[in-house]
Amino acid sequence: MDWVIEARSLTKTYVMGEIEVQALRDVSFDVTRGEVVAIMGPSGSGKSTMMNTLGCLDRPTSGEYILDGESVAQMNDDQLASVRNRKIGFVFQSFNLLSRLTALGNVELPLRYAGLTQGRRERAQKALEAVGLADRMTHRPYELSGGQQQRVAVARALVNNPAIIMADEPTGNLDSKVGKEIMNLLLSLNKELGTTLVIVTHDQKIAEQAQRIIRLKDGELDVIEKGNGGSA
Amino acid sequence: MSFTQAIIEALESLNGNKMRSGLTVLGIVIGVAAVIAMLAVGNGAQASITGSISSIGTNLLFVFSGSPNQEGPPGSGGRSGNNERPLTLGDANALLDQFAAPSVEMVAPAIQGNGLLNFSSEKTNTSISGVTPEYYQVRNLELAEGEFINQEHILGRMSVTVLGPETAIALFGHADGVVGETIRIEGQPFRIIGVLVARGGGAFGSEDNAAYIPFTTAQARLIKRGSRDQVDVIFVQATTAEAVPSAVEEVSSIIRQRHRTPVGLDDFTVFTQQDFLSIFSQITGVLTIFLGGIAGISLLVGGIGIMNIMLVSVTERTKEIGLRKALGARKRDILLQFLTESSLLSLIGGIIGIIFGWVIARIVEQVATATGNNFIPIVGWDAVLLSTGFSAAIGLFFGIYPASRAANLEPVEALRYE
Ligand SMILES: Nc1ncnc2c1ncn2[C@@H]1O[C@H](COP(=O)(O)OP(=O)(O)O)[C@@H](O)[C@H]1O
Ligand SMILES: [Mg+2]
Repeated sequence: MDWVIEARSLTKTYVMGEIEVQALRDVSFDVTRGEVVAIMGPSGSGKSTMMNTLGCLDRPTSGEYILDGESVAQMNDDQLASVRNRKIGFVFQSFNLLSRLTALGNVELPLRYAGLTQGRRERAQKALEAVGLADRMTHRPYELSGGQQQRVAVARALVNNPAIIMADEPTGNLDSKVGKEIMNLLLSLNKELGTTLVIVTHDQKIAEQAQRIIRLKDGELDVIEKGNGGSA
Repeated sequence: MSFTQAIIEALESLNGNKMRSGLTVLGIVIGVAAVIAMLAVGNGAQASITGSISSIGTNLLFVFSGSPNQEGPPGSGGRSGNNERPLTLGDANALLDQFAAPSVEMVAPAIQGNGLLNFSSEKTNTSISGVTPEYYQVRNLELAEGEFINQEHILGRMSVTVLGPETAIALFGHADGVVGETIRIEGQPFRIIGVLVARGGGAFGSEDNAAYIPFTTAQARLIKRGSRDQVDVIFVQATTAEAVPSAVEEVSSIIRQRHRTPVGLDDFTVFTQQDFLSIFSQITGVLTIFLGGIAGISLLVGGIGIMNIMLVSVTERTKEIGLRKALGARKRDILLQFLTESSLLSLIGGIIGIIFGWVIARIVEQVATATGNNFIPIVGWDAVLLSTGFSAAIGLFFGIYPASRAANLEPVEALRYE
């Protein structure tokens, strides 16, 4: 199989003074290329911690994590930054766009950090076209609706042709109709470009569009269910 | 990210918060403007003094009584319990010896004091010099009208005087047409025979505010000295500017012989224009450093302002920093971003400050000119380069701490920040 994610016995322990919080306990699973995986679980079950670890924003306390063939658990900060830039696109619940920059400027950001000096504009334009915002390129975030802002964020996530897009409750700040549009957008990108998708969600309907649903409970992997999404 | 990109981004970000950027820049503007203006004033003072010393003539020597090694200004008195001899007319005449002093062109002994002049009810206090006809050439004077003191006035101990233009104006309200009038000096009547051309401020008080009378008249009636032929100063003109050093040697050895002083224990001092120049440039140099230093402190305060604002900015933009890191920004990218911002802030402040400092220097010049002082503050390239470099360095230095705080933020923590 062509694994994009190989997670082996991941644990994450937060130490707060005397108290230790085990946010992840011995979690192991794989994700194949082009798969759509949903992560579900009650609040505090470790979903965000899992996303941060898979997204190389944070290192696991112990365990092995191989992302797209690279072992990242022991990498230093700058190496992790480079991996995030090349292999991962993030979509956040609160969009996280820079209000100073236009849609185009926001989408260009990952390309700047990739060290690209030429063709940035064109690639950013293409990404914005792909999310249906060809006519909003020079708008700033506050001139866009929530759904449009999240589309800009999706364009920013895919502009670097990442191996995987990580979305932590991408529809959490949107009403259900707009949330559905964003989900459809992500799923269609998955189909067209073959980008692997990992989505954290509370919404059972959204989760069922994935091929597999990983359920967490108290930092442990509870079950892995099959969703209704197309077969991997 | 490339450097130009970093600059463009920094400008965007500074532009996004104009009010704050403006106030931060203001601190640097004031600091740099102060540095530029203060250095300009210091340099101007130096140039003005140097200029007026140069205007007294390059081949002029001054001989004062008093040892050059003792404390205090020359002629202010001797060492305690000394057997110092004052300079005399005899000393002055001895310097005219063609063989012993071939480098000496002309000699002008003088005695000097202060006195009250009045013309009817107008009064003025001024310096009074008893001089010989040679003084006119040695000191390079110029007459606006009338004549200078001549040999006849000396021999006759006549009560005649030549006035500086300021003194004439103080007494008459104008400097022309006063020749022939009689004024009183310390109560004694003197006839004005000439008025000098205005020269501007000199290094030794204005030479425009002075009254010259025949040497013999001064000696006999106005300025009492211990012995009959004692003089306060001997002005010596060397044949050429190049002959000044040999003239100093010749004058020294003649007077040494006459005073019978052992070597190294001279009871007189020979000054040249060069000596004055180096003394005054030392004084103004200290003045300039002092002024510049005070102004530099305000620049430092401006730098602390930058650090303050950058710290606030880093805290405010914690989430932005987290996002940038999530998108692949490395530590050094964030570091560069914030350092560029702080350096640009202070560089912009520096450039505006230079302009402001220059304007202040010009205003000082206007004020000086309006009040009759010939004083031009000089904004030198060295000051401009110094303050540009210094302000950029301050931005860099005070930016390092906030920038490294930003660069070392944990991406997860930063992203969670609200
Ligand atoms: N930075 C942290 N420091 C300490 N405890 C944390 C930190 N982040 C998360 N936790 C704890 O880890 C557990 C899992 O949190 P999280 O992954 O945010 O859960 P979820 O996203 O599923 O709600 C929680 O008990 C939470 O309090
Ligand atoms: Mg969460």
